[in-house]
Amino acid sequence: MEQMITVTIDGVQVEVPAGSTVLEAARKANVKIPTLCFLKDINETGNCRLCVVDCGGRALQAACVLPCTPGMVVKTNTPAVREARKMNLELILSNHDKKCLSCVRSQNCELQALCRELGVEDGDRFAGAMNTYEEDATMSIVRDNNKCVLCRRCVGACANVQKIGVIGPVMRGFKTAIESPFGMKLGQMACINCGQCITACPVGALKEKDNTKEVWDAINDTTKHVVVQPAPAVRAALGEEFGMPIGTGVTGKMAAALRRLGFDKVFDTDFAADLTIMEEANELIDRVTNGGVLPMITSCSPGWIKFCEHYYPEFIPNLSSCKSPHEMAGAMIKTYYAQKAGIDPKDIVVVSVMPCTAKKFEAKRPELSNNGLFDVDHVITTRELANMIKEAGIDFNALPDEDFDSLMGASTGAAVIFGTTGGVMEAALRTAYEVITGETLENVNFTAVRGMEGIKEATVKVGDLDVSVAVASSTGKAAELLDMVKSGEKNYTFIEVMGCPGGCVNGGGQPIVSAQIRNWEDIRTKRAQALYTEDEAKTLRKSHENPEIKQIYDEFLGKPNSHKAHELLHTSYEKRDLYL
Amino acid sequence: MDLFRAHVLVCGGTGCTSSGSAELIKRFEEQLAANGLDKEVKVVRTGCFGLCEAGPVVIVYPEGTFYSRIKVEDVDEIVTEHLLKGRIVSHLVYKEKADEEEEHTTLEDIDFYRPQMRLALRNCGRIDPENIDEYIAFDGYKALGKVLTEMSPEDVIQEMIKSGLRGRGGGGFPTGKKWQFAAASKADQKYIICNADEGDPGAFMDRSILEGDPHSVIEAMAIGGYAIGATEGYVYVRAEYPIAVKRLQLAIDQAREYGLLGKDIFGSGFDFDMYIRLGAGAFVCGEETALMHSIEGGRGEPTPKPPFPAVRGLFDKPSNINNVETYANIPQIILNGADWFTSIGTPGNSGTKVFALGGKINNTGLVEVPMGTPLRDVIYKIGGGIPNGKKFKAVQTGGPSGGCIPAENLDIAIDYDSLTAIGSMMGSGGMIVMDEDNCMVDIARFFLDFTVDESCGKCTPCRIGTKRMLEILERIVEGKGEPGDIEKLETLGENIKKTALCGLGQTAPNPVLSTLKYFRHEYEAHIYEKRCPAHHCQKLLNYVITDKCRGCTLCSKVCPAGAITGTVKEQHVIDTAKCLKCGACMEKCRFGAIEKH
Repeated sequence: MEQMITVTIDGVQVEVPAGSTVLEAARKANVKIPTLCFLKDINETGNCRLCVVDCGGRALQAACVLPCTPGMVVKTNTPAVREARKMNLELILSNHDKKCLSCVRSQNCELQALCRELGVEDGDRFAGAMNTYEEDATMSIVRDNNKCVLCRRCVGACANVQKIGVIGPVMRGFKTAIESPFGMKLGQMACINCGQCITACPVGALKEKDNTKEVWDAINDTTKHVVVQPAPAVRAALGEEFGMPIGTGVTGKMAAALRRLGFDKVFDTDFAADLTIMEEANELIDRVTNGGVLPMITSCSPGWIKFCEHYYPEFIPNLSSCKSPHEMAGAMIKTYYAQKAGIDPKDIVVVSVMPCTAKKFEAKRPELSNNGLFDVDHVITTRELANMIKEAGIDFNALPDEDFDSLMGASTGAAVIFGTTGGVMEAALRTAYEVITGETLENVNFTAVRGMEGIKEATVKVGDLDVSVAVASSTGKAAELLDMVKSGEKNYTFIEVMGCPGGCVNGGGQPIVSAQIRNWEDIRTKRAQALYTEDEAKTLRKSHENPEIKQIYDEFLGKPNSHKAHELLHTSYEKRDLYL
Repeated sequence: MDLFRAHVLVCGGTGCTSSGSAELIKRFEEQLAANGLDKEVKVVRTGCFGLCEAGPVVIVYPEGTFYSRIKVEDVDEIVTEHLLKGRIVSHLVYKEKADEEEEHTTLEDIDFYRPQMRLALRNCGRIDPENIDEYIAFDGYKALGKVLTEMSPEDVIQEMIKSGLRGRGGGGFPTGKKWQFAAASKADQKYIICNADEGDPGAFMDRSILEGDPHSVIEAMAIGGYAIGATEGYVYVRAEYPIAVKRLQLAIDQAREYGLLGKDIFGSGFDFDMYIRLGAGAFVCGEETALMHSIEGGRGEPTPKPPFPAVRGLFDKPSNINNVETYANIPQIILNGADWFTSIGTPGNSGTKVFALGGKINNTGLVEVPMGTPLRDVIYKIGGGIPNGKKFKAVQTGGPSGGCIPAENLDIAIDYDSLTAIGSMMGSGGMIVMDEDNCMVDIARFFLDFTVDESCGKCTPCRIGTKRMLEILERIVEGKGEPGDIEKLETLGENIKKTALCGLGQTAPNPVLSTLKYFRHEYEAHIYEKRCPAHHCQKLLNYVITDKCRGCTLCSKVCPAGAITGTVKEQHVIDTAKCLKCGACMEKCRFGAIEKH
């Protein structure tokens, strides 16, 4: 039994588990304390001082990090408390560029919302000198410190969650800024482009590198045949950008919207996910039966791949040689589809819509190309797609459900769940089981690898074999797992790693959800549920059952891991330094 | 051990070292050898004597003759006269006032020392800090022996609680209580830490103790380790204190060699060892959580409390952290008992406090007085009053975190509670005296400039709030103050005090708020009358040529702005619009005809 303690918040007595913070207790008393720097489990540092409350002491206390003590009496709504919060907010505003009208986060900005909630009347009340900064941009991420409010949520995401720490506070006092060390640019660091900093940012100081202009240009270019493919996780979150509840699946509307944006073909990365399973499951079987390097580790997540190349290069031989699904799709579009449609691959532009900022970098890896053409030309995030839909004036919510175009539009339930942690593992097990045993897998739900724990383990019976598997999401957890593998403490056959905590549903390119929501509910679980629901609803739930997959092997690739498949669907990795 | 008939103690503190005491020692040794006295007279480099104003200081024992401002060329005379022939060299002996007839040959005769009571500084200026035997000769490590052989950890804690010793770093938290908390935490490893990150401008109490008596800190940390159950200690000291670092390291090495640190100390089964960690000089690293993060290798930034270090401190283990001066008191409390300690000072404020006396005061230096000593005694009796016949205006205690105390409060007794009550604080012991020429707005600006610079930048009120306050103060001293500025300063100041994350931020507005409280009229004069009452703020000065002017034209020649006009042998005039307020004219005028208004 959890020990409960009683505290009084604004005259209301509430019982909370020992160890609860005042912020949590207040919520229980139906009191909403404003927060800015607090992002549960990611940044609990108490530095913005907007959540201050009166506990009777000399100074006000930060509710977000203050543990409740039995009998504690807290006042959250006194004139002094309200004024203190407002003043600290106004101080933040005095060093913020306030260019709201052209900011990507306008109307989804926690600073803006707080200004309204706390009743700021004069944004310039404490106007004074401001720090000015140049933009720092990589292929995936753009940092604009002129908007930074020094909440350090990005630092928490990078250093605490991902265990990378390529950005952090530099300088001191008023000159403090979040930057890479030693005056280096983010692009010179061992940043994995995961974008967790972006989704942690309450304001517009971090955003993805916008590639929508390139996409619009391609669509508008009549000489180009523009093919689009959205990733599994996009459909689980895109609706949020249009006011739908978190966890609403919008597969059909998304396909319809893509068509209305003017893409010539609307394929689905889910198809390629099934293709990936074909290749990866067979690669695993080959490694197991022929004494290959084990554990084999998945390679779908480009953030994870870059992390491995920088920080754990000794595990490069363990990485599956499979390209990530959208890269496989790109390679197939520019060969198989081009051939069938009679289009010169040079005239095809492949656009991937991804929940991910790391995919932007991945698409520019020279090894992910064929005959001098990149497999994928442009990558846009879920957020960028939403922006395009809005810009085009498409009433998303009113769209009918439509299907993807055939040839590379069909998918199974196994592909759909690629978007959440454990999904690739589950999909691979569904296929591997049947390939190895030759028997039909009756219960396709491998629930042991589902859920939001950072590291999950399972032993799966495949015929006579006990296959020991592990799933890690976030590079921080991946590092923890790999350390255990390295020390010999743990031993697995197959490991799934996703670079972002919770997998792609929580990717750095997904719609940004305010901490006011994230602190209290697990948006990852809700988005994942949308995928599991779609999986359940499918008649075909194993990748090898996908008719278009069968067709592509029959007509083009031959067998999984065939010479042609290797040439087009597999890749290699390189050790990368910590400083570039 | 060799016996010597006389000892020459040369101050090796920072001040005297800068004014050449190392050369004195060399010269003494050469001259003693030349006179065949090197087997009879020993030269000892000690820690700080305190009276830095009169440095370099030399004391010759057994007479205790106090020589001041000794130059290398004076050494020969002291050797041939005093040490060879036994005749005190009168003209080199310290005099209270420059024109004074009377000689004060020994320490006890000197006003500067008479009201003092040196507990924490007891060995500074008395022993060679680089020689553990000298420390041991003055009861060194006896307290550790007593603790390890006769007392239980709980006994030690109770004795500390009874003594009423409070944290000398400025907070004033009861040391025994702190130890009790740390002792109550259960863990496989605990740490005891010494905060030697003394950062107040002009303060050098901790530095002097480490330089003059490092073993007292080592001994106390071992005692503390025993009391709370820690087997490892860290001293966090700034790298700008090279002499302190060197002597402390030497002392640790010697203590290890003697078995006073290490395994099974005194055969008691108690293990304790300690290490030095150098700080890069950030003021905020004096804040205990920031200090611990710095030791851990992280950015020196505070984290919210709770958890307190006693629960989760260094490397997430229960830790106890005390300041250098606090530790320096502990061996004596153990040896002489808590009752002895409480007999010094006032109830609730037992013992003494060391201050670094500086600013507009005759005797700058290091002083140690019993708690409860009137502030007036420190300034006038020990400090010798204000130089050049100027009027006392205020004294700043507690450095950038403290406040200014005006003349009307000169009679308060110095202790934690009375200083806090009047808007200042004990702080670590900086005491800066100001006279009528000091502008209090500019003083506030100076201290705030320091904290703005030293803020770690983590929390909003300190990072931005102090900067905005500084901007307002900068405007005011430049004559650009506006109505509403005072109120804004107060609002911001109160807010920062109430909402900043750590002690640095919470106390940063104190210099402004206390000067606003006691010298509000100076702010008002700056803002509303565009006038600096102390004639200090350059931009608010007007230089005026009075009728004392003989028309020598010199001022008009030195004026870089061509602001002075006039014909020869007639009174000149300054065009205030052109005047840069550089003061060059006033400096050059031989007739005292130019005045600042």
